[in-house]
This record gives sequence, C-alpha cells and structure tokens, in this order.
Amino acid sequence: MSHEPDLTFEVNGRAVSASAAPGQCLRTVLRDTDHFEVKKGCDAGDCGACTVLVDGDAVHSCIYPAFRAAGKSITTAAGLGTPDALSPVQQSFVDAAGFQCGFCTAGYVVTASTLEGVPAEDLPRRLKGNLCRCTGYRSIRDALQGVCNVESAPDGDSHGRSIAAPAGARIVSGREEYTLDLPTRSVLHLKILGSPHASARVLSIDTTAAEALPGVRLVLTAEDSPATLFSTGRHEHREDDPDDTLVIDTVMRFRGQRVAAVVADTVAIAEQATRLLRVEYELLDAVFDPEVARRPGAALVHPDKTPAQRVDAAERNVLLSFTRAHGDVQEALAGAAATVSGAWRTARVSHVALETHACRGWLDPGGRVVLRTSSQVPHLVRDELCHVFGVEQDAVRVFTKRIGGGFGGKQELLTEDLVMLAVQRLGMPVQYEFTREDEFTLAPVRHPMTVRVTAAASADGELTALDVDVLSDAGAYGNHSRGVLFHSVGESLKVYRCPSVRVTAEAVYTNNPPSGAFRGYGLGQVMFAVEGALDELARKVGVDPFEFRRRNVARPGAPAETDDDDLQFGSFGLDECLDLVRDALGSGRGEPVPVGEPWTAGSGMAIAMIATMPPYGHFADTSVSVDRRGRYTIAVGTAEFGNGTTTVHQQFAATALGTSIDRVSVRQSDTDTVRYDTGAFGSAGSVVAGKAVLLAAERLRERLQGAARGLVGAGTTQDDAAGASARTVSLVAAGVRVGDTVLGFDRLLDAIDPGSESLSAEGRHDGTPRSMAYNVHGFRVAVNAATGEVRILQSVQAVDAGVIINPEQLRGQVEGGTAQALGSALYEEVRTDGAGTVTTRTLRNYHIPAMADVPHTEVLFAHTVDTIGPMGAKSMSEAPYNPIAPALANAIRDATGVRPHELPMSRDRLWRMLDGATR
Amino acid sequence: MTGITPRACTAHALRARNIDGIDYVGMDLIDVQSVRIARTRNDVVLGPGERPMGGGTWLFSEPQPGLTGLVDLAGLDWPAITDTGDTLSVAATCTIATLSRIRPRAEWHAHPLLAECSDALLASSKVWTTATVGGNVCASLPAGAMISLAASLDATALVWAVDGDDYRVPVRDFVTGATTNVLRPGDVLRSIDIPSSALRARTAFRKISLSPLGRSGAVVIGRRDADGAFVLTITAATDRPVQLRFDTTPSAVTLRHALAAIDNWYDDPHGAPDWRRSVSAVLAEEVRGELDVPRT
Repeated sequence: MSHEPDLTFEVNGRAVSASAAPGQCLRTVLRDTDHFEVKKGCDAGDCGACTVLVDGDAVHSCIYPAFRAAGKSITTAAGLGTPDALSPVQQSFVDAAGFQCGFCTAGYVVTASTLEGVPAEDLPRRLKGNLCRCTGYRSIRDALQGVCNVESAPDGDSHGRSIAAPAGARIVSGREEYTLDLPTRSVLHLKILGSPHASARVLSIDTTAAEALPGVRLVLTAEDSPATLFSTGRHEHREDDPDDTLVIDTVMRFRGQRVAAVVADTVAIAEQATRLLRVEYELLDAVFDPEVARRPGAALVHPDKTPAQRVDAAERNVLLSFTRAHGDVQEALAGAAATVSGAWRTARVSHVALETHACRGWLDPGGRVVLRTSSQVPHLVRDELCHVFGVEQDAVRVFTKRIGGGFGGKQELLTEDLVMLAVQRLGMPVQYEFTREDEFTLAPVRHPMTVRVTAAASADGELTALDVDVLSDAGAYGNHSRGVLFHSVGESLKVYRCPSVRVTAEAVYTNNPPSGAFRGYGLGQVMFAVEGALDELARKVGVDPFEFRRRNVARPGAPAETDDDDLQFGSFGLDECLDLVRDALGSGRGEPVPVGEPWTAGSGMAIAMIATMPPYGHFADTSVSVDRRGRYTIAVGTAEFGNGTTTVHQQFAATALGTSIDRVSVRQSDTDTVRYDTGAFGSAGSVVAGKAVLLAAERLRERLQGAARGLVGAGTTQDDAAGASARTVSLVAAGVRVGDTVLGFDRLLDAIDPGSESLSAEGRHDGTPRSMAYNVHGFRVAVNAATGEVRILQSVQAVDAGVIINPEQLRGQVEGGTAQALGSALYEEVRTDGAGTVTTRTLRNYHIPAMADVPHTEVLFAHTVDTIGPMGAKSMSEAPYNPIAPALANAIRDATGVRPHELPMSRDRLWRMLDGATR
Repeated sequence: MTGITPRACTAHALRARNIDGIDYVGMDLIDVQSVRIARTRNDVVLGPGERPMGGGTWLFSEPQPGLTGLVDLAGLDWPAITDTGDTLSVAATCTIATLSRIRPRAEWHAHPLLAECSDALLASSKVWTTATVGGNVCASLPAGAMISLAASLDATALVWAVDGDDYRVPVRDFVTGATTNVLRPGDVLRSIDIPSSALRARTAFRKISLSPLGRSGAVVIGRRDADGAFVLTITAATDRPVQLRFDTTPSAVTLRHALAAIDNWYDDPHGAPDWRRSVSAVLAEEVRGELDVPRT
C-alpha cells in the first residue's frame, strides 16, 4: 500500500519529495520527512513551536496547508545553523541562556531570525505567537538583545558560575532529541476513544466496524486490561497513592476517560476507527461539586474502594481525611486581640509543558519491552508497569530523552501502560502521543482547593492561632491527591511558630477531570489562603507585614512544632530575604503609578518555605567514571526537562575532579544506566541526585589520588614516599598532580587495574535529612477599578537557596516559576461546564503568560551555606511559584482596600469585586 | 506498512462527531480527501462535504469532522486590493498582512485602524501572512478583528450566491451570532468593500482583553464623519457587531443610555458578560472623548 510522493518542495536548500494527505498540515509533513526540529506544541497556531520560514516568511507550520508548500522554499531551525556553526541568532540564545526545556526554542529562533532591528519595546507584540512555559521570557529578551549571561570556568572552578547548559548548541539548532524525535516509519499509532459521559458504565462495545477499517491492527477494551488496580501518580512508595485505576475500566468516572484504544498504521486511521466503535452506555449519577460529594446521598465515584486501597471513606467519596492539632485553638481565638476569617479558592490549572505526554514502545532483540517516554520518573514508571503487568524488572526498560517541560505533570503514568499493552500484543513499535486538547481533558490538573482560614494574633502582633480547613477536589481518580493534601498543610503552616494550630483536611472524589501533581504540590493553594489571612491580620494589629513575619516565623532556636523529625535548619536565610524584598520595594525602582482617576496603587508580600527534598525517602544511585583520556561520564537517573540538573551535575563533578565542564558528560534517565532513581520531582535533582553525584565524584577522586600517591611512593625512597603524602595531591584536567609532577590517566588506571578502559565510583543518597529553603516575593501594583486591570509596577523575589551552584540557572528557575505563577494568579483556569466537560481545550482559550504578560522580576539571593545540601546548596525549582499569588493578592488588597479570595484574579473577577465593594 | 495515507480508507462513511459535538483535536484534517484549486467561478460550486478555503489557518486550527474537501480560493487570483476612488475593495482572499501594510492616501484619516485591528487579533503576525480577510469575516467569531474593521467603516460584503443571485450585505449585519453568518451553504464571500468616505473619517480605537495582548474582550471603534455623524461599533464584547449611530457626537449620558440597551453581551473564557458591558462603556466614553476634541 505504498503511496507515491506527490509534494515537492525545498527544505533548508535540499529538495524534498513527500507524500501528503490532502488535509495534512505542513508540520506533520516536515516531521514525516525527519525534520524533527519542527516541534508540535499546540497544533492550533497558538504557541509557535512549529515555526518555519516559507519563502522567507515565518509561519506556524501546524496551520499551514501542506499542499500550499508545493514548490516553496522552507527553512527550519536546523537550516539556520549547525551545532558547530550556529547562526548569530542561535548563538545569542546560547549566550543568553535563553531556554530551559528548549522545546519552544527552535520555533523561537526561527521567528527571531525575522526580527532583526525590531525595537525592544515592540518584541512582546511581535512574539505573541511564541509561548515559552519555562523561562519567564527575560532570558529570551536578553537573547534578542545580545546579552550574554553565561560564563566559562577554569578547570575545577565551575561551582558558583553561570555555566551554560551542555545541550545548548543542539537545542538552538533543532538537533536535541525529545521523546518522539525519531523516524515514524514502521511504527503503529494508538488513539483512544474517550468517554462522552462523566459517569457511566460501558455495557458493550461493538468493535467490528473499527477492526474492519483497513490499517487497524488492534482494538483494546476493558477485556484486554490487566486486572491490577494502580495509580497514575507515581511515588517512591506505591502505597502512598490509591489503587483506583485500571488500564481500561468498564466504569467511566470522568468525561474523556479511556473507553477503548485503537492501534493502527496512522494516527488518522486510528482516530477514524475510534469513531466506528459502537458503545452502549448505562448512565450513572454523577457529582461535580466537592462539597456536595462528601454529603450523604451524593453519587459515589468509587463505592467499592477500601482503606486498604488508600481510599479512606469511599461511602462518602472521601479519599483522604485527617486532622492535626496542637494547642487549644478555641481558647486562643477567644483570647485574641484580633482575628481574621475567610475562604480562599483556587482554580484548575494545566501544566502546559510544551511537549505533550508521549511514549514510543518496542521490543528489543531480547524480547524486552522498551519505552521511550516523556516522564519525570522513568524508574517509577518501570516499577509500576512491572506491578500492573506482573512481569519482572528485567522485562521492561524505560528511558527518556530530553523532555519538553514537566512541572509535575509528568510524574504520572498516562501513556506508558497502553503502549506496553499494545507492544506486548503486537510485538511491533507503537506510539501514543497526547494532543494539546488531551492535555486539558485527560492529563491531571492542579488541584482546585477551598481553604478556610481563621487566624488570630495578640495586640503586639504575635500569632496565637491558626485554624485551617482544606477541601481538595481530587476529580475522578485519586493519583497524587493524598500526597498533595498532606503536603499542602506542611511547610505552608510550619513556617510559622504558632502555639495553637488546628488542621482539618479532606480530598474528595468527584466526576471532574482528575487532579494531580503540580509545581508546589499543594503548598501554593494553602499559602494563597494563609498568607492572605496573615496579611489581613497584620493590618488589624497594625504591624508591618514584613515585621509580622519576622516575629512569627519558626527559626533556629525557636522551631515550629512538627512531626517531620528529619526536617532540620541546615541554614536559615528567611530574615535576609525579608530584608532584601522590603528594601527593594522601598528603593524607588520599578515603574511609576499610571496617572488617572481609576488607578490606585499598593504593595504586598508573601513568604514561602519548602523542604529541600520530598519526605519519606528519595533515592538516587549514581556513578562517575573516567577513561584514559581524562573524560568523565556521570550516570544518573535524573531526567532533564529544563530543570538544569544536567549542568549542576556536571559542575559538581568537574569541581570535585579538578577538570573542565567539557570533559564531563552525562548519561541519564534510563533504567539501564543506573540501578535506581526515584525521579525528578520535589526539586530533588540538585540536592538528592546531585549529592549522590558529588559523592561518587569524591570517591573517584580519592581512588585517583590514592593511585597517584602509590605511584609516586613506589619508585622512591621511604623519605620521598612520606614527602609524597605530605605534598599536595590534587586532580587536574590531565591527571593527578603530586608536587610538580602530573601523573596521567593512563598510568593511574594501569596502577589500579592494568589494561582497564575506565575507572568508576558510585554514590548514593537517600534523601534524608532535609533542610528548608525560603522565598519571599514582593509586588508593587496599580489597579484600575474601572476595568479590573492589574499593572505590576515592581516585582522582586528573594530566595534562600544556600550556596548558589549556577546563578543564571537559578535566576531562570525563579523567573520561570514567577511567570507560571502569574499565569495561575491572573489568567489561567481550566473551565468546565459544571457537568464535567472541559470547555477550555486550546491554548487560545486557556491563556498562559506570553512575553507581554510577564514583567521584569528582580531576583535576589540570600547568603547562606547549607549544612545538609551538596556543597552548601538547597533546592529551588518549584518553590519560586508559591509566594506569587498571595503576594499579588496582598498588593491588590493594599491598592484597593478589597481582598481577592479567588484565583485567577482575572480582570473580570477583580472588576466585579471592586464594583460590588463600591455599591 | 510504510506510506499508508488516510486516503486509503476514506471510502468509509464516518460519523462526523461524538454524540454531543466535542471531538478530538487531530493534528491534520483527517477526513479531507480532496483539495481543488479553484480557477473559475464554476470551480467554486461546492460538492457535498466541501468548503472554500482562504488561508486555511482557522480550518487547520480546529478539528473539522465531516469536512471532506477543500476548495482553495487562492487559485482565483483575485486582486487583493482594488481602489476605485469611491470604494476600497478588499478581496476575500487578501491576506491580513497585505491589508495591514496598504499604503494610505493622504485623506485616509482612518488608516491607523488597519494596523490597530490587525494587532487586535490574537493571531500573531506569523498568521497574518497566510490568513485572509475573508476567512476572518466568515469565521464570524466575536473577536474577529477584520469584522471590527469592516463593520466600523460601514463596509459591505459582496457574496457570490449559490443560486447565482449575488448579493451585498453590510458587514455589521453579515455576522448573525458567534460563528454564524448570513451565508447559505454554497455561498462564497467575494469581497469586502469599504466606502472611501468612511476611510476619510476620523476614528478612535480601543481594545481590552483579560491580558495585555490577549484575545479581545471588547473592541470599541468610533468614527466621526465629515458631516459630523458619529458611529460607534462594538465587537468582541457582543456575539455580533453592534453599531450605534448618531447624527452628531452624543453626550456622555446619551451614549450611556444607548449602550444600556444592548443585550447581547458575549460570555466565553475571554470575559464575563457583565464585565464586557461595563468595560465597553468605559472604552466607548474614551472614544467619544477622543473624537469630541477637534483635530489639531
């Protein structure tokens, strides 16, 4: 069934003949011809990741009809330059560190190539068709204006320097491989039929017509599904999450849930076949309001689940319910000089990693299932697949290439199970790629929460009581809901030293789309409430909000009451962060207040604390090896998705081993490469895996030093040998220096193991004890009461991340977290129709921050040295997100006199709030 | 197994949509079996399942279940812009980029509107090179900024009627609701004709959205003609264009009362209807104020 090429055009100066379906877009034709530098971000012309030049004009190739390209000349990022010969604009993105995950970068570079001479103030308008979810755009602006933010390092002295990410040249030239950047020939494609009902039972499926469609290879239904319940949410301990999910179930609990899957020769055939499935449903009662869901008489989402499956009270839809208390809250409230009460609400938010979830699976020659997937947790995916499918660990290999963004959304098992099932059945390569719409309707979202807070203080501003009630909408499946709920009331409250605290919390099943792990892991929702309540409380007792925090935070010598016995003050930089932000807001920097009657101005702040590692163990096995040329290789489990841990691991190793960054390479995120790694979540990449890498490098150093001492000592007199051990024995790029002599790696390796190719050492870390990192954010804003517009006049975040490993990367994490949080604070909401159907299914109906939306944020660092983290460092990747929404709400409160209680604080909501307040 | 294309299987009759109308976004238009390049008017006679295509940027941005054929209007080679002196005729196939870059005549005081309306699109300038004016008008989205432009300048739409009985309709009336318009199946928009008198008028433009450059929540355009007439056109905030016409610039109170009678404020993720009503009034008053000041 071959098809003759019917479309010819030129790509990067080379003639291309392709076969294109009449309705095909240019993007898919280009990728069919192995131009993987053309990325899929949205397939709707919104994000710009697929941008190419057609006869010199930049276009979104996903909405450009392929047939129109006939005879045209197309230029992609790969055509602008090569890793060895980058174009000037590509080089500027490398020099500015103008990317993190890099998935948007190829399209950005192509677009930027048409913007020469565009003035800086016009860039946001010209780049509204290029979305970046990672950087917050400052570094991209720098790239477009020729600012260099990276530096080189002398041998052994890279720690603390802004070292460039090693993949930079490949990313900007479109060569870096992401999950699906490999030829699509000879691979089958999987699509699912999603449930059209939010609550229903599948009575029957007639697959006859679908199976008869030419090109259909397999139809999978619940009959094909393993019977083992699992959770899509992945953790170190599988018992952390509820067993409530099947690969394919017969009960549909949310709109879009898998009814069946079709595997076919093309995506189009698979999708057409899903429409030919004849499904008979029995409609079941449904519940969409989490408050209603836990009341008697509500429709039950998982009535058959039990506490043994980590579902606390299925008979009232409660997945997790707990209370915590110390002190006497009632008494403290009764005796307080001031109290504040309120209910705060947060929205469903989509991660919008630009690379959608995707997995390609095949059998290796030994019959083992190999899965190449977009996952933050390859080892955890492997282990759970083994559990679900009842196979041993050596029957499955899971690995990732570079990943196009994560933000918690890929700490899930969403595609791999179906691909494994299909590969097992067919023995052929199978691919399953989420569409952007799938990301909004199938992939878990940030938990919507209602947080009720009552806080009390004494007349002199001492916090005396915190009474917190949390209701979390888990949606139809539990996945991360237990962990998120536990964590939500963790550091958000423990940052304060408060004599009486009461917490009640429940996570509740509904027939809404499932909620899951999201940057901050529940903290941000509760901080939005607590930091708002305390801001109001400080006002009531007449204490400055910075001073109120300073008086009441837990600190070394005055800790909070906590049950986390491995949480320690490895360092404490919160006071310095408070000073830095307060001084910055008072500095006069930033934009002036707009003139005119509807504008009022104000400022606000919020604090955030986060443990530097996830609780209950986080494990990393690593190794560092050296070959005879003095080239080092790190093997580590951590996936790279813009977190920058690859650079950090290189810096740790190069520093410990006295070598240069370019002599250190990293093999990563592959269950074949290292024995185990819990994964890249909870900001663990630097402080857990990084600490293990550092340990491995230090052990390797000791072995090399030992060998050098032996060599120097061996051929000399005893006096000289004693002298050798007394003299400095240090690693340099060429080998080990002893006094004035440098012993090369050939001699060192032969001394240890004659003839060996390399020498290796291992390092392991178990993620305990844990330290604490801090963020303080301040805003000055102006609010237009007539329109609800919030203009950010100044934005400043101070972070206590211990010793800074890589200042530019850290600044990027803070800016990126700030930008993502501005999205959820001001714009983003996955809406439903109230009956389980998501109504915001494209990026143009779900606005994530574009360049025009993100103000400059001053990023300031506290000067602390952590006693727990590697080389004094603390984690800092999800944390910068957390203080943004409350700091902004507090500034809006200051400007308008009215406190927002609901996210997003969109213009229409704020206008209504202010309009109502003046009536 | 290589090279199998959707064409191999499109003989099957496929159900267009899931039972309640929401379908998956496909990466390609998977039901399309044919593309015809129209060269003459006869080629624009549409078969079952066929739709005319301008630039394709909207068609390819959403799933189009049941769409089996595209008829590419670009092959008709319509001159993009025809200036007759009395009328500036913009072909339906004129790209937004071409229109936004048109060289003004000295007396076209309304010329800035071309760029302002192009910028009001959520679509980036990378879409403008392909997207057409006619396509934007025919998509008939509330935030269709070419509708804002054409309606505010009293442009008329010339339609090639399926029955051969071609007709003209003011663009403000062409759009009948969110994504609906007067076209019958088989009708094809030929051109948008802008009277030069409107281009000579002074105009004032205001846009607001939920984010600085986001999809429009309200676009309010005022026009003050040489004879003193004042025309206010509201789009994006309402499900179809709303035009308020006054013989002379109204007072703030008169304008406010006229706005209060509007009852089709639109509700979607780009703004709540009560907000759209309120901010439209704010923008309208700004527009009134700008045009009330004699030109310096």
